[in-house]
Amino acid sequence: MRVRAQIGMVLNLDKCIGCHTCSVTCKNVWTSRDGVEYAWFNNVETKPGTGYPTDWENQDRWKGGWERTKAGKLQPKQGSKWRILSNIFANPSMPEIDDYYEPFDFDYDHLKSAPEMEAFPTARPRSKITGERIQKIEKGPNWEEILGGEFSKRSADYNFDGIQKEIYGEYENTFMMYLPRLCEHCLNPACASSCPSGAIYKREEDGIVLIDQEKCRGWRMCVSGCPYKKIYYNWSSGKSEKCTLCYPRIESGNPTVCSETCVGRIRYLGVMLYDADRIEDAANMESEQDLYDAQLGVFLDPSDPVVIETARADGIPEDWITAAQASPIWKMAMEWKVAFPLHPEYRTLPMVWYIPPLSPIQNAAEAGAIGTREGMPDVKNLRIPVRYLANMLTAGDEAPVVTALERMLAMRSYMRSKTIEGVIDEGIAARVGLSGRVIEDMYKIMALADYEDRFVIPTTHREQVEEAYDLRGGCGFTDSNGCSTGISTGSLFGGAKKPLKMPTEVQ
Amino acid sequence: MFLDIDYFIFGIMPYIALTVLIVGSIARYERDPFTWKSSSSQLLRRRQLFWGSVLFHVGIITVFGGHLIGLFTPVWILDALGIPYALKQWMAVLLGGTAGIAALIGATLLIHRRVTDPRIWQTTSFADIGILVLIWLQLFIGLGTIFLTLQHMDGAEMVRFMTWSQSVILLNLNAWAMVVDVHWLYKAHIFLGLLITILFPFTRLVHMVSGFTAPFRYLLRPGYQIVRSRRQKALPKHTVQPKAQAHANAAAKPQPAE
Repeated sequence: MRVRAQIGMVLNLDKCIGCHTCSVTCKNVWTSRDGVEYAWFNNVETKPGTGYPTDWENQDRWKGGWERTKAGKLQPKQGSKWRILSNIFANPSMPEIDDYYEPFDFDYDHLKSAPEMEAFPTARPRSKITGERIQKIEKGPNWEEILGGEFSKRSADYNFDGIQKEIYGEYENTFMMYLPRLCEHCLNPACASSCPSGAIYKREEDGIVLIDQEKCRGWRMCVSGCPYKKIYYNWSSGKSEKCTLCYPRIESGNPTVCSETCVGRIRYLGVMLYDADRIEDAANMESEQDLYDAQLGVFLDPSDPVVIETARADGIPEDWITAAQASPIWKMAMEWKVAFPLHPEYRTLPMVWYIPPLSPIQNAAEAGAIGTREGMPDVKNLRIPVRYLANMLTAGDEAPVVTALERMLAMRSYMRSKTIEGVIDEGIAARVGLSGRVIEDMYKIMALADYEDRFVIPTTHREQVEEAYDLRGGCGFTDSNGCSTGISTGSLFGGAKKPLKMPTEVQ
Repeated sequence: MFLDIDYFIFGIMPYIALTVLIVGSIARYERDPFTWKSSSSQLLRRRQLFWGSVLFHVGIITVFGGHLIGLFTPVWILDALGIPYALKQWMAVLLGGTAGIAALIGATLLIHRRVTDPRIWQTTSFADIGILVLIWLQLFIGLGTIFLTLQHMDGAEMVRFMTWSQSVILLNLNAWAMVVDVHWLYKAHIFLGLLITILFPFTRLVHMVSGFTAPFRYLLRPGYQIVRSRRQKALPKHTVQPKAQAHANAAAKPQPAE
């Protein structure tokens, strides 16, 4: 057993209203630069839909994630190391920028600088790559917003696998949900494994997956290697970039920007302890439907004295162990089993988990339109097909998703009964394998979702990393190259320099 | 004598080129590693890149390797192995010629793509297009010298170039005199080669170094995963297992995450 700690995230899709605040605040902080205008470290997709980049879930096309070979070996779906190296001159599985969208901006200035004319001035789009006029914008980061576009195109959604999807194109049967996506900070990252330079790494202390920008050579294998398409090639700098889980914020105990600004309070951050020795076995289960359970088996119970003892020996700080015990992620993923990994069949053991959404049925059920089972609506009658959610979250295994949805319905029933009728109905809780006390805890964390309950983030231990004495009189944050940014504007080696703007003498 | 162009190209320029190559590359790697990259433009446009890049790279790597081996293998090794000069000359012409043509076709496709595609052209720096055109020219001239070579397949000319290149490395400063009377096309080829060597540290060519080392690093890396720690004190290699857990982990394999 090798105990490691990981900052995990859970998104409660039941509460996501698709406002894109997470995406916009993330973009403003991280990707408002040349070369990554098209990149959204966090994006929100409307499902069913083909997503961003289009068709990202089609791994036959992009070869993301891992596969179990016939011999039972775990290797990147792109192929063995030799195979990946042989694609270094031109990567056949890499999306083109048009698979995301050509980044554009509008001629806003024209609105105020246009000469007097008959027609009202308009702001027409321009490409952010070439600067040329775009006649028609063909795609954007959220092209299928609120079921935009024809059903025939949207229904290419991979999660319809095994579903008679035609009826969901009819107005009466249509359904939708939001899926906010970011880097999964996987336990078994396929991006890192496909990087020939070894530039992508997982941090030992908090599990955040980062790209060493000085080591990245732009071989682009990670872009195709990541099954979630959450590595973006910066066409201006020639380096790959990805979500950093806002590590400077996490290190100081603050939630990521997307979590902090989430108006629906759907995001949770907390510590998970896991056994690094079990990763390979867990990712290499023979059946894809066993992968979800296998990942649960990788997590270690932070209250188990043996785990605590081993964690201490493995250098996990005491406050991290305490944080793991109070982790909302542990509660939702392990205790209540309401949160699930996104596409476990990619074998990456992702660490951003999702609570499946309920769909609007309660009123219809009460009106007798939908069958009820023991006083509660039958989740099989939900507007969003259970199979659809299962394809997304459990490699098609419906049972765990059904249990989660039933528990969420039970939570509503129990709390309604308690607060409106003043009756504590332990029967409701018992029917879904919980107790009233647990349901009230669920209610506190999932429904009320106070800040302190959502974010249990211990600060990083700088004393393990650096000698404070050495930093005394240091130069603070600089853009590499030590303290000196030089005085010339250009760099001999082709990189753009951004020298510090120094105050100059007033004339 | 010091104004003699031949003396400059064959006597002085090789040392300038090697110095700039080595010092410049080290300086760039050390001072500005962020700029050390392949500058791939595949994301912006895939069309023509596949054939252009594959033909170009496979061709030019073969040609480059051929030149390295061909020029810097000491002549006495050829003699010891009993390889006739003419045979080596034929191999160079056939192998190098084929690879050179592949590289030239690739480079032509890449130049065409770079110049005609607005996305690529707008994101092209002067160094990007400059080095590509120089390499194209170098390939063109190099293939042109084959026609001259075909007129004297005994390998004598080739041995002269071998001796000259090796003398440069051995700091034999009078070696330049050996190659003054070769055809001007060969001279142009050598001059361009040295020029490209000088430009190497200042262009995207530096990715060659990474390209040649990446396979070793990647293949020799144990497993697939990389975990980095910032701890000053390394953790114990493996924890002493608490008794309760020991049996549960008996079957655990070495994991990939190291």
